Amino acid sequence: MEFSEFPFLSIIALSPIAMAVVLLFLPAERGDISRAIALVTSLFGLVLSGFVYYTYNMNLPAGETLWRDTLMFVEEYNWVPSIGFGYIAGVDGLSATLVLLTALVGVGGVLVSWGIEDRPREFFALFLLLVAGVQGVFIAVDGLMLFFFYELAVLPMYLMIVIWGWKERREYAAMKLTLYLLVGSFVSIIAFLILYFRMPEIGLPLTFDLRIWSEAQFPVDLQVLTFLPLFGGFVVLAGMFPFHNWSPDGHVAAPTAVSMIHAGVLMKLGAYAAMRMGIQVLPEGTVYWMPLIMILATINVVYGAFVAMRQRDMKYMIGYSSVSHMGLVVMGFATMSIYGFTGAGIQMVSHGVMTALFFTVVGVIYDRAHTRNMDELSGMMKPLPYAMVAFVISSLVSMGMPGLSGFLAEFPIFMGLWHGNALDFGATPFTVFGLNPNNFYWIVAILSVLGIVFTAAYLLRAVNRVFFGEYDAEKWHDMRPARATDYIVIVSFCLVMIVIGIYPPVIAPIVESGVAPIMERVSTAIVTTQDLNTIVDAAQTSAINIFRLLGGS
Amino acid sequence: MLSSILALTPEIALTILAAIILVYGRHPLGERRKQVGLVSAMGLTLILALTVGLWLFAGIPSANTPDLMWGGMFRNDGITLIFRVLFIGTAVVTSLIATDVRRLQHGEFFGLIILATVGFNMMAASADVIMLYLALETASIAFYILAGFATDERRSPEAGIKYFVYGAFASSVMLYGFSFLYGFTGQTNINEIANVVINQPPNPLVMLASVMVLVGFGFKVAAVPFHFWAPDVYEGAPTPVTAILSTASKAAGFAVFLRLFLGGALGLPDVENWWAIVVAMSIATMTLGNLAAIWQTNIKRLLAYSSVAQAGYILIGLATFTPDGAGSAMFYLLMYAVTNVAAFGVIILVSNVSGSDEVSDLSGLSRRSPWLALVMLLALLSLGGIPPTAGFFAKLFLFKAAVDVGLWWLAAIGIFNAFIALYYYLNVVKYVYLYQPTDEQTIPVSGASGLALLITALLIVYLGVMPDAFFEWTSQAALAFFS
Repeated sequence: MEFSEFPFLSIIALSPIAMAVVLLFLPAERGDISRAIALVTSLFGLVLSGFVYYTYNMNLPAGETLWRDTLMFVEEYNWVPSIGFGYIAGVDGLSATLVLLTALVGVGGVLVSWGIEDRPREFFALFLLLVAGVQGVFIAVDGLMLFFFYELAVLPMYLMIVIWGWKERREYAAMKLTLYLLVGSFVSIIAFLILYFRMPEIGLPLTFDLRIWSEAQFPVDLQVLTFLPLFGGFVVLAGMFPFHNWSPDGHVAAPTAVSMIHAGVLMKLGAYAAMRMGIQVLPEGTVYWMPLIMILATINVVYGAFVAMRQRDMKYMIGYSSVSHMGLVVMGFATMSIYGFTGAGIQMVSHGVMTALFFTVVGVIYDRAHTRNMDELSGMMKPLPYAMVAFVISSLVSMGMPGLSGFLAEFPIFMGLWHGNALDFGATPFTVFGLNPNNFYWIVAILSVLGIVFTAAYLLRAVNRVFFGEYDAEKWHDMRPARATDYIVIVSFCLVMIVIGIYPPVIAPIVESGVAPIMERVSTAIVTTQDLNTIVDAAQTSAINIFRLLGGS
Repeated sequence: MLSSILALTPEIALTILAAIILVYGRHPLGERRKQVGLVSAMGLTLILALTVGLWLFAGIPSANTPDLMWGGMFRNDGITLIFRVLFIGTAVVTSLIATDVRRLQHGEFFGLIILATVGFNMMAASADVIMLYLALETASIAFYILAGFATDERRSPEAGIKYFVYGAFASSVMLYGFSFLYGFTGQTNINEIANVVINQPPNPLVMLASVMVLVGFGFKVAAVPFHFWAPDVYEGAPTPVTAILSTASKAAGFAVFLRLFLGGALGLPDVENWWAIVVAMSIATMTLGNLAAIWQTNIKRLLAYSSVAQAGYILIGLATFTPDGAGSAMFYLLMYAVTNVAAFGVIILVSNVSGSDEVSDLSGLSRRSPWLALVMLLALLSLGGIPPTAGFFAKLFLFKAAVDVGLWWLAAIGIFNAFIALYYYLNVVKYVYLYQPTDEQTIPVSGASGLALLITALLIVYLGVMPDAFFEWTSQAALAFFS
């Protein structure tokens, strides 16, 4: 491809790191310059990733292309050749979209933090590092590089929450978040290494190159054994039940910009990596475990919505609503149909923009009212009309209102559920606990649609409490109009959601082209697993493997 | 003859340097005496350059020379080189940092550090148990004195005595073990012992000897259950001594054990069941070290327990019994030496001002001296194993080597320990970055310390981003263990 000469992706991912180092060399007093540098860097990233997105959209790969051929802007260098580890960057349809999303939320984050007073230089340096870590994961075509950037993204989160977060919870929340995420990734890395060393057995070289991994056929029992740790370790970051606990705490304690990146992009990182490493590498394992994942995702959607309904703190409410919505993403994967995968991809983008907007609005209100308690707030429509409009639009997106991006995301997922319901694996299916999608996916569909109703209930209640009612000018003495930078963020994020909603072709085909190769592998696996005569039981497999490791035969 | 002398050049040069430093410490101009730290750092740097230069330009040690020299006492191979660079490098950095501690500016102090380095070098190079024992004692005796060097404080001589009593006991048990090995095989050369041991049916006497050697070794690297001295001695000894004791001394212990263990002198793992002891020791060391470190409020004690835990990770590399595992263990030692010296360097500078070693002294370091805080952050992240620091790849290589031989459960235990460790490392980060300082004054950093910290920080990042050259080097050298 004609653009392959110029390292677009590396510049997108690495220029923030370079600029973060530059920021650290600035004298401490020059807060204004650090803001400007951060803004310019992130705008530059936005332009480049917009270009990448546009170019990819213009050259969409044809259907049934192998994943390695759908990659564009590929760059390849040796990093640690002695273990087959390379710096390989490249994007497919889904990651190009997510790179653009990250760049967008990154610019939004810088604008929203414009007024930060406490050590702005360090704040923006860490923020740029965070963005770089996230971008690095999305462009990684090497498994170990993905891990490298994944962990690189966690560290600035910790520091930013601990230094600039909400004073009451920040130490607890930051530590909880870091430990959850790192444990998750460590669990994944073990499964990943186990697979790595089995590669020679299936006739592949020892390499971390995901292009080779994405075509590997690991033995079915190994796939069954390693899928859960590999997928589960990453999906912790997507807030999967029962490992969702860190997420609302983290959202609440983080400063606004970090909440935006965290809910808007970082949680997608988990879902993306789980899909890239878990589903794409281990399709048979996917088929085996997905019905169980489906049940967990349903709990996410319904339980998350219920807990959100109980919250009084706006940030906690949005935190739990994120848990609920990320459940829909995982549910999209678990439908094992192209509709579900596409829906999950679009949901990542839609939820990313929507939550970022939610947190912006809450940040704007909290800066002025100094409380996020919905029992105390009321009448915020008067001083902050734009905030209300934005909040209502995000709420509508969140409920899946047609004409907005949320509908485009959630409808395919439910449609995928019905398609998944048609997957009849027979009386003794090759799935965990013998779960057969045919038996219960329709129940899941009904339950999760009900989850949407609860979403409407808590969001409309919040709109009612916070924005309407009496406005007490005495009580809100610190009230001032929103800053211009906040307006820019609010308006542009709303526009993105509306544009996606009324003109889906800007996003649907590219996301679909990104998930199609993965779905291809899953479909093949569905067919092959139907022919398996032996029923592989997870407990049995692990027992056999453990005995083998301990020296038995 | 010339090749034998060339093989021993760094040690000869170190001994001469030690003599020069001792004389310099009695410089007639009292002012000049205070410069002794700088002089010794410069001398050590020259010797480091000499060692590396001999390797790069004269090919000494080369991969395929006849190994044994000096009547089979001494083995000059890639492993010797790696450990020499590690020991001398640590000594350079520590001397630079120690120049900021006024009461340690004596010729004896730096002379002893250099003599201990000679001992470490010989330990890593020894091919004979007698040589090994002599080298070990050379290094240990120097350290007994160094640990008690700050005679104006009560706890420093106490640390010295404690270290001496434990050390004397452990090394005599080890010597007893060697005598069994000699009695069984009739040999003192490690390779000859290995030949006899491997070709004989399993023998309880060898097992007993192995366990005794393990005691001495476990003491040297502070592995559980021989770690009890470490926190007290680390806390009591002057901090520059702690820095070198926790890095070079530990690495020297591992060098010895790698040679004995991987050479097969203690029996092969599949024949002698005592391999299980190493695995058990590794698990106990990691877990206990990390759990104990959580509760520490003194930063030197915290790092002492953390260094106990780090020894546990390195034992994973030994337990794999593969060149890959040994190479990763050596890479880990390199990373750990650089990182820990950096951490102790910052602590020395901070406690020069605060006068104590509490974790809370680091409060608000990022506001007082952002660059020191950054070095501390890098060091802690590297110890915790987070990219982009050296610790990430070091742990990755180790765990990868373990998974490769099917010890994935040992790797899993290691990984869970790494995350326990992260808790207390991040706790320190919290003090450095979050809390308000009690004292706003910036911490004075002399040029020498600044240079030392800059070097270590750059190395931490370099090894964390471009680990390949060094890893290749250690894995190539590790092949020598098995020849």
